[in-house]
Amino acid sequence: MQERKTIYKWFWAWDFEKEEAWLNVMAASGWVLDRVGFCKYTFVKSEPEEYTVRLEMRNHDRDYLDFMEEIGAEYIGRMAKWIYFRKKAADGRFDIFSDIDSRIQHLDRIGKLLTVVGVLNLIVGIANTFNYVNIGWINLLCATLLMYGLGRIHGKKEALEKDRLLHD
Amino acid sequence: MNDGIALTEAIYYILLSLYTPQHGYGIMQRAEALSKGRIRLAAGTLYGALNNLCEKGWIVQLPVESGSRKKEYKLTEKGLQVLKNELKRLQQMVLEGEEVLREEM
Repeated sequence: MQERKTIYKWFWAWDFEKEEAWLNVMAASGWVLDRVGFCKYTFVKSEPEEYTVRLEMRNHDRDYLDFMEEIGAEYIGRMAKWIYFRKKAADGRFDIFSDIDSRIQHLDRIGKLLTVVGVLNLIVGIANTFNYVNIGWINLLCATLLMYGLGRIHGKKEALEKDRLLHD
Repeated sequence: MNDGIALTEAIYYILLSLYTPQHGYGIMQRAEALSKGRIRLAAGTLYGALNNLCEKGWIVQLPVESGSRKKEYKLTEKGLQVLKNELKRLQQMVLEGEEVLREEM
């Protein structure tokens, strides 16, 4: 029986790089991600630095999972639209994005989702407020937070776009 | 044919790699070997590029053999033409650079 441990932790969608960095710190210390749930990360004991872990946001795409398998990456699981992979570090560097354009497209995917959820919260919040439903402020708070996240994503995107004027 | 716009480095090496048919992992290895280790195509980037190139008609997906999930791709006539144009453009750029910097080299 392999040794396992579960950690509960929250990351904002716009902090996905922090989440990935944390998962790789865990992998470096000999605990590699094995299962994901809502705010729930289950790790299994491995050799220190045996794996590289990567995550990204992408719609369900069977072809893409097959493609990742073909290049030797192991699909760990998905949480909402986030998918997680791991690959043996000895097989060489493992990255999901290697150019500015695909990084920008990824940020666009995240931005789109934040916008949809944010606008929905805004509509529900306003409707509730006008109908004297007392919990309307919760939706307005959510909408504000999501708009803040959208701002963070735009900031990252702008930095990449500036870079692209000089390189590809 | 490429509308005079430069190819990105990734696209250039993906097209070069597909001069002979390759599957996904083969493209990554071939691009790395061709560029002496300089070009490392990441999985998501390559996947997106392959879909775009198929849409443009610069490459095609070969029929999948039964029992295999591996997809193979190959350069089309159109893709070859794009690559040749790009090579000409790059040669021109090298010549022009050398002309100006002759004394620095």
